[in-house]
Amino acid sequence: MSVAESLVRWRYRFLPDHVVGEILSKKWIDSVIPFLALVILCAIFGSIVPGFFDLTTLTNLSGQVAELGLVVLGLTIVMVSGGIDLSIGSTFALAVLATLYGMNVGQWSFGVGLAATLAVGAACGAINAFMVGILRMRAFLTTLVTLIIFRSAFEIIFPRVSTALVTNYPDSAVYDYLGLGRIAGFPASFVFFVVIALVLHIILSRGRYGWRLFAVGGARRSAYNAGINVRMTVFSAYVVCSVLVALAAFLFCARIGSAASDVGSGLELQALTATVLGGISLGGGRGSVAKALMGVIFVLVLSNSLLTLAVPGPVNDLTLGFVLLASVFLDVRWTKNRHKILRSVYISPTFAKMPKAISTEPGSPMAVNDRLKDVGVIGLGILDGAEDVIFDRQDRLYTGSRQGEILRFYPPDYTRREVFAHIGGSPLGMAFDRDDNLVICVAGMGLYQVSPQGETKLLTAETNRSLTSVVDDSTMKLADDCDILPDGRIVFSEATIRFEMHDWYADALESRGNGRIIVYDPKTGGTKTLLPNLVFPNGVCTAFDGQSVLFAESWACRINRYYFSGPKAGTLERVIEGLPGYPDNINRASDGTYWLALMGMRTPALDLSLEMPGFRRRMARRVSEDAWLMPNLNTGCVLRFNEKGEILESFWDQTGEKHPMITSMREHKGILYLCGIFNNRMGTLKLPDRDQSWFSSESYWGKSA
Amino acid sequence: MAGDKKATPAILGRGPGKPIKINQEWVVIAISVILFVVFSLGLDKFLSEGNIIALLKNVSILGTLAVGMGFVVVGRGIDLTMVAVMVVGVAFSIWISSWGIDFTLAALIGAGLAALLGLFTGIMIAFAEIPPIFATLAIASSIYGSGRIVFASDVLYAPNNVQWLKWIGSGTVFGLPASVIIFGVVAAAMGIFLRKTRFGRLVYATGDNPSAARNMGLPTRPLIVTQYVISALIAFTAGLIMTGLVTGINTRLYNSSLIYDVLLVVVLGGIGLSGGQGGVRNVIVGTILVGILTNGMTILNFSYTSQNLIKSIILLIALAIDAIINPRDEQTSQSGDI
Repeated sequence: MSVAESLVRWRYRFLPDHVVGEILSKKWIDSVIPFLALVILCAIFGSIVPGFFDLTTLTNLSGQVAELGLVVLGLTIVMVSGGIDLSIGSTFALAVLATLYGMNVGQWSFGVGLAATLAVGAACGAINAFMVGILRMRAFLTTLVTLIIFRSAFEIIFPRVSTALVTNYPDSAVYDYLGLGRIAGFPASFVFFVVIALVLHIILSRGRYGWRLFAVGGARRSAYNAGINVRMTVFSAYVVCSVLVALAAFLFCARIGSAASDVGSGLELQALTATVLGGISLGGGRGSVAKALMGVIFVLVLSNSLLTLAVPGPVNDLTLGFVLLASVFLDVRWTKNRHKILRSVYISPTFAKMPKAISTEPGSPMAVNDRLKDVGVIGLGILDGAEDVIFDRQDRLYTGSRQGEILRFYPPDYTRREVFAHIGGSPLGMAFDRDDNLVICVAGMGLYQVSPQGETKLLTAETNRSLTSVVDDSTMKLADDCDILPDGRIVFSEATIRFEMHDWYADALESRGNGRIIVYDPKTGGTKTLLPNLVFPNGVCTAFDGQSVLFAESWACRINRYYFSGPKAGTLERVIEGLPGYPDNINRASDGTYWLALMGMRTPALDLSLEMPGFRRRMARRVSEDAWLMPNLNTGCVLRFNEKGEILESFWDQTGEKHPMITSMREHKGILYLCGIFNNRMGTLKLPDRDQSWFSSESYWGKSA
Repeated sequence: MAGDKKATPAILGRGPGKPIKINQEWVVIAISVILFVVFSLGLDKFLSEGNIIALLKNVSILGTLAVGMGFVVVGRGIDLTMVAVMVVGVAFSIWISSWGIDFTLAALIGAGLAALLGLFTGIMIAFAEIPPIFATLAIASSIYGSGRIVFASDVLYAPNNVQWLKWIGSGTVFGLPASVIIFGVVAAAMGIFLRKTRFGRLVYATGDNPSAARNMGLPTRPLIVTQYVISALIAFTAGLIMTGLVTGINTRLYNSSLIYDVLLVVVLGGIGLSGGQGGVRNVIVGTILVGILTNGMTILNFSYTSQNLIKSIILLIALAIDAIINPRDEQTSQSGDI
């Protein structure tokens, strides 16, 4: 191995650049920039503003956070639903008027005052909600106009009551406590706000209502088609927003106790800056309570600090305006280009040196032949996505379809068929357990079980989360093939944790160990990842000794064996290395050997490119997917090997017409059945010199009782 | 076939010899006439020559601004910076003329500043892709804020020895005030520009369906930038008219509801906010209605706040009718198009 090659190998082993793409695909990545901006802002002002970290400053700040925070949370709800509410400043003013009038002049009790304030808020909100939600008017303009209307109403009423407001004082202990009280050093209003924020967080992230809001904001038409009442959802968002604004006004009154004629003006720009800064998208569908809070703190720290530094008001406004413009710009660009960036960095090929392939020269067991040229056919034109095939004790044939169904064909000629069970995902590898339940790996969904009566049950869709993985590897992206140990444990392979099934080829391009072998124990119901970092683990087969499992690693072109019990328990050994093609499913043969399907053949160009990760990365970025280097999927092959890893014989279809790609095969009573996930048929090959009564369930579980 | 059926009434409505279709334009004209008659009969000062001249002068500023706004709205944009550009642009001209620069030159420099502001807005909308309503709202407050930092006082008085400014204020042509003539010239130029030039047709195409226009290969981005530059220049022209009429400019005008009056004119006149329709005729119709309305309410001694309230409610109703007549096209409206 040359020095240069070693350098490349070490570079890809110790600089895991696939992590960049995985971090970018995280949801929290949206919040990173605002968070960093907030930290930098605090660092700058913390060093130049006197008394920035003083207790009084922070207490004062937390009181303001409660008020602006409620307004911003309201705006967040509206923005998540895909709208905007600019009238919040005027709604705030009207709510302040209601509170002050009720508490000061009317001498109402706390409860009545609060209810009246919230009612005023809800009424203002309902006007906006009706226009935007029901009449489907443009949110921005509509609320801009209601801003003027509510403000005019305030300006007409306020001068008539302003004298009465300042000459009377409220008579409510709870009200005073809310404004001036302290709970564990924090202002009471702040504690009150934290409780509300927590409740909203749970509703938005976990509740049905929150999910509906996100659905409506993210994709309005899809939400409508999914049966969500879009108009009422939007309606409710505006009402909730205005109620929260009214609540903020109530807190404001409790703290300040009076109001000027310009109360709440400019609040909408402040709140809007906070939401957009926090990373809540204009246009809806993205946002959270935490983001809103980040934006609130940013805006308050900025404006308070500028105030402390005695910056004139207009400059302060101007700064806020530019910050708003810049953050909207970043938000628009980020939303538009995020998936493009992600696409270009997510695929990160690594170094892989392929071993020399086993010879296919004439005379060798792997010699190319045409033994699959004249095979029988089942389900021509009916099958679509039959990855695996299996037989029950009544000789009935089971296979999957791309539409998410398990099909059952009846002997003797396998023309009569029925849908045995509907799974909903693409079924891949299958196995029968001791009680004749069918165990199935379903792509993107996990491990399922179908009883002989056709009842479907989820066995597992979650395994332990590994500590070092950036992507959430507790879910199953591509469960591929399974088999069952004599003690009932189910061993199955998950081909990759980084890609969905339809992107399987991207994983081939990476050729990193993205897959794993997982064990599910039906006795405890527990699922555990057994062997991580395997290169596209595919076929799984319990060996005849009952102590070990054979499994294929497709892109590495090798077969491994893992021992569960016996003297070698816990060890992994290589069985075959350097296959000329990419191994898929492995199944038992009647004479104590194993069948192996090769889904495609290696090509010299692709083999060479595996040693050049940089080349493959450039290819993935610059060339469209259909022009990438691909394995040769036009030549299928089935071979038989023994426990020692010696290849005994092989079956080829050189023409590539009937079985270009073979993903699985199963020997059943003297006939070999051949499947390919992209083929429109299933092939049958008579094996006259083999045991004409052998079938797999009996080999596993003995004769039925 | 469904499409054909749908298209038929519109074609028939425009055909010769058919009854005139009741559309927004005619409704607005009818309301204007009714209001005019009611005010003429009910208010004895309304029909006086002085009042009509005052009405026309007021209308000329509003109308000029509305021509610029209408132009942008046709291209599916909106320009809320107009009043800010108007007050800051003219105030800037007056401010630099106080250094001793000839006012005519100062006005040209002010126009240059207005054009630059429009250019900035246009770039923010066309290239940075910030939603127009959002960009213009934020930029408007930034422009006004910068203005307040630079100019010491809110009210700036123009030098009183500029002949053409005096003419704008008090000159007449065939008995019509010069300000109205300027409004007429701006409106006529815009009308010809929109209807007869290639550029104008492209504005309609862009407003009708921006993505289709872009896919077709139209230079939509330069087109949008140009629109905002032109609207800024029109706003500056309106500012000059105002300076001529009241011999100065009050920058606090930005805080008034003038920009919403402009919007009211455009929406009432029948230029749909979804773009691609309407023209200068709609602006004139809307201007007349809003002018009569404002004038009548002033004579009736409505307070400034109640006038705002009434006009806003009318605008809201107009927006609602607009939303019902021109429902938003979910196919072409983009995410973030709020």
